[in-house]
Amino acid sequence: MSNPDLQQQIEREYRWGFVTDIEQEPFPQGLDEAVIRRISAQKGEPAFLLEWRLKAYRHWLTLREPTWATVTHPPIDYQGIQYYAAPRSGNRPKSLAEVDPQLLATYEKLGIPLQEREALAGIAVDAVFDSVSVATTFKDKLETLGILFCSFSEAVREHPELVRQYLGSVVPYSDNYFACLNAAVFSDGSFVYVPKGVRCPMELSTYFRINASNTGQFERTLVIADVGASVSYLEGCTAPRRDENQLHAAVVELIALKDARIKYSTVQNWYPGDAEGQGGIYNFVTKRGDCRGERAHISWTQVETGSAITWKYPGCILRGDGSVGEFYSVALTHHRQQADTGSKMIHIGRDTRSTIVSKGISAGHGSNAYRGLVKVLAGAEGARNHTRCDSLLMGPDCAAHTYPYIEVKNPSARVEHEASASRIGEDQLFYLRSRGLGEEDAINLIVNGFCKEVFKELPMEFAVEAQKLLAVSLEGAVG
Amino acid sequence: MLEIRNLHVSIAGKPILKGIDLSLRPGEVHAIMGPNGSGKSTLAQVLAGREGYEISAGSVRYLGRDLLPLPPEERARAGLFLAFQYPLEIPGVANAQLLRTALNGQRRARGEAEIDAFDFLEFVQDKLALLGMDESFLYRAVNEGFSGGEKKRNEILQMAVLAPRLAILDETDSGLDIDALHVVARGVNSLRSNERAILLVTHYQRLLNFIEPDRVHVLAGGRIVRSGGPGLALELEAKGYAWLADAQTVAQTVAEEASP
Ligand SMILES: Nc1ncnc2c1ncn2[C@@H]1O[C@H](COP(=O)(O)OP(=O)(O)OP(=O)(O)O)[C@@H](O)[C@H]1O
Ligand SMILES: [Mg+2]
Repeated sequence: MSNPDLQQQIEREYRWGFVTDIEQEPFPQGLDEAVIRRISAQKGEPAFLLEWRLKAYRHWLTLREPTWATVTHPPIDYQGIQYYAAPRSGNRPKSLAEVDPQLLATYEKLGIPLQEREALAGIAVDAVFDSVSVATTFKDKLETLGILFCSFSEAVREHPELVRQYLGSVVPYSDNYFACLNAAVFSDGSFVYVPKGVRCPMELSTYFRINASNTGQFERTLVIADVGASVSYLEGCTAPRRDENQLHAAVVELIALKDARIKYSTVQNWYPGDAEGQGGIYNFVTKRGDCRGERAHISWTQVETGSAITWKYPGCILRGDGSVGEFYSVALTHHRQQADTGSKMIHIGRDTRSTIVSKGISAGHGSNAYRGLVKVLAGAEGARNHTRCDSLLMGPDCAAHTYPYIEVKNPSARVEHEASASRIGEDQLFYLRSRGLGEEDAINLIVNGFCKEVFKELPMEFAVEAQKLLAVSLEGAVG
Repeated sequence: MLEIRNLHVSIAGKPILKGIDLSLRPGEVHAIMGPNGSGKSTLAQVLAGREGYEISAGSVRYLGRDLLPLPPEERARAGLFLAFQYPLEIPGVANAQLLRTALNGQRRARGEAEIDAFDFLEFVQDKLALLGMDESFLYRAVNEGFSGGEKKRNEILQMAVLAPRLAILDETDSGLDIDALHVVARGVNSLRSNERAILLVTHYQRLLNFIEPDRVHVLAGGRIVRSGGPGLALELEAKGYAWLADAQTVAQTVAEEASP
């Protein structure tokens, strides 16, 4: 690369790495039953929820951290983490006017204005800052359609029956080590309920921000689309740059009833650590959707550019006959980032269909593993899966792995797996440069072409954002 | 416009070009012919700025500038274009996107305003019409799944859009049917002007029936062993390369190619 000038150097920094100086509610470090009781009390939770948390905690004590993923990290000191961090502005503000201006400014700076402006009329936002949701926009407007969109804590208070019915019904507290920890200590997150036959008229989105140091973020999101309902939901995430690693162990549960449709898109840009691998978020997340009725449709789209380590396998349980699950993923690892990600599609109903498209990009010393499970149970007559799994490598030091697991118990099922690995070739780069494109533009063009099938699944604004994010994340990847 | 002097190039220590001298003035069309492996593509790629070649001696001046230190993109922005012998595929990137990115990149570099999507479409439709290409080419991924002939046409489309000062065509006529050959010739001839120069690498006289060159050079064994007027191409067509006065050089190259 020819003389990167100062401007480029500055741009290469993680742009979302600033810290908001805001006073925090004091909270002890470490984890025991008292801490869990305290989180629950802080939120004024009903007894059933505290019971559930405690059950999860006791179960967690019997589990061990999983070691099967293709990632390495020093041991995590679970007693060194603070499990709850809330900005000290008393109770959650009743309206946007009451939100701490410093928080509003933080989101403004992140490009997520919380004002219900005309320009953003198409997107309703729930903003989660460390452990609490600080604002939700367009709530009232949505309520006129019967759509509930609020923080998880508020849902627990206002709609405990829905929470009780659906919480843990897709990802039980005992599911895995990190999901179990989340069940014990989860702090906040978003809640969506779209009633029968309602198509949500705007994109719903949650913007997660980790600000406090030395804390973990354990959010929990629950999206329910009732019979014939449909909703598109987006989440975005950033964190300040810090030298220590921070744990983010979230759980997302989606429930689509008969003929319902949920589209869930993620642009994950947690702080990835520096070029030498110092700092960064451990993103250990469990996401699963349940197509609980006939012809239900759940679609996951993710663009994972951040985090020191990403460990997540958004999946679908295709229970209803004729239900459809989709997973579209771009995962990029640069410098010392590691990703072990993929999808799980469990075919239970007849004529269920699933599609997996995974695009892994590795640069620098990045390591990128695709791990996917396609399981067809005996009753899933006529089930179909198609998996495409492509890796793009840049430079000699990065790695890509593919681990497809296929279990088929019904002979009429058709399961197809395609995989490819390629390098950005000198020839391709020269071809584009000989047309007048600079080296980085040439790389971006090739990478965007590689990711196209996934980007076209994203809502328009997010697709543009995702392209920019890839470009920034890959700066300095060649040369 | 282009001034190549005593150019020596080797690949992995093996000399390929052994002292090339060649001058093109604005308005001229030159053809380079020569046996397989004689170094024609090497010369074309070195001119376009491909890395990985050792330039052990010589100089190249283009529009009064020293060409060799410039990276490929700056050469392109200065109006140099190479139609590749083997065009590359760029999956997922629409032809139109590459064309517009490239055109706007070059316009920006020249301090001209960028062209918006609508104006671009109009502009490119004219070029497609000129080359008899279907608009669907714009929306297909660059060269992906294109037939050999379509790839060559696509190179000419890029050339027509970028309107270079110096176009180097590396065997753009190889593998073309007779209609496509006309198309390529039309593309090249439409660019001919007294401000531009064209360097055609070809094996066949038939292209030169449609694009009449001012000079024809024979490259053999890394050297230009013969230069002449358009008649030289006809002679080569009839007699092959062996009759050349410098047949020794040719024989030597053949021997070199044969030994490991
Ligand atoms: N990357 C490389 N490594 C080793 N040898 C190479 C490389 N590229 C070219 N060569 C050699 O350089 C010589 C010239 O090749 P070049 O492609 O320039 O020939 P050409 O005249 O274009 O041939 P053709 O008419 O077949 O296209 C050949 O012997 C070729 O094998
Ligand atoms: Mg050649």
